Amino acid sequence: MKLEILGTGCAKCEKLEELARRAVSETGIEAEIVKVKDINDIIDYGVMITPALVMDGEVITSGRIPTLDEIKKMIGK
Amino acid sequence: MADCCSNDITVLYSCSGAADVGEIADRVTRELRGRNFGTMSCLAGIGAGISGYVQTAKGAGRAVSIDGCATLCARKNLERIGVSPESYVVTDFGLQKGAAPVTDDTVRDIADRVASGAAFMNKGNSAPASGCGCGGKC
Repeated sequence: MKLEILGTGCAKCEKLEELARRAVSETGIEAEIVKVKDINDIIDYGVMITPALVMDGEVITSGRIPTLDEIKKMIGK
Repeated sequence: MADCCSNDITVLYSCSGAADVGEIADRVTRELRGRNFGTMSCLAGIGAGISGYVQTAKGAGRAVSIDGCATLCARKNLERIGVSPESYVVTDFGLQKGAAPVTDDTVRDIADRVASGAAFMNKGNSAPASGCGCGGKC
């Protein structure tokens, strides 16, 4: 699985990355976590509000920080 | 441009329909974006089911739809994905579909009225002075 954290480096983006890493660690799922900071790459996803979380190419949240449990459920499917 | 880090980002959507009022809706939306009223996103992306556009609408603190006519394509596209936008309709401002002048003056006038209507709503009133999106029912 590939998880991408979309954001230009703000505190909320950092928080989302931290939660994503915890979710991966606590669920034991094998995942590559990549940060995407380039604004053009972010817009290419159709994302207009960051932070956003992308799982295997699909944007699963935008403009908010999901809870740890939410992320676990989303990546655990 | 993508926006970041606020819980109350306004995202604007236009029907951008083929009719004159659809063109006015599109230009009004771009005018409002130019005034920093909000950021603009793509309704077509929502219709196509592209996840980034869908999630952007769901994550917006406030979504505003600007439709040309009472068919309400922009509003209904948003409602279909569970988003209830603040809705404005160009024909509610006295323009007639098929006979609406697509001019800079018209665009500025409608943009002013949408902006003032939105300000009215944000003060906690139940409806703006004009352009509430009710189709003339209120």
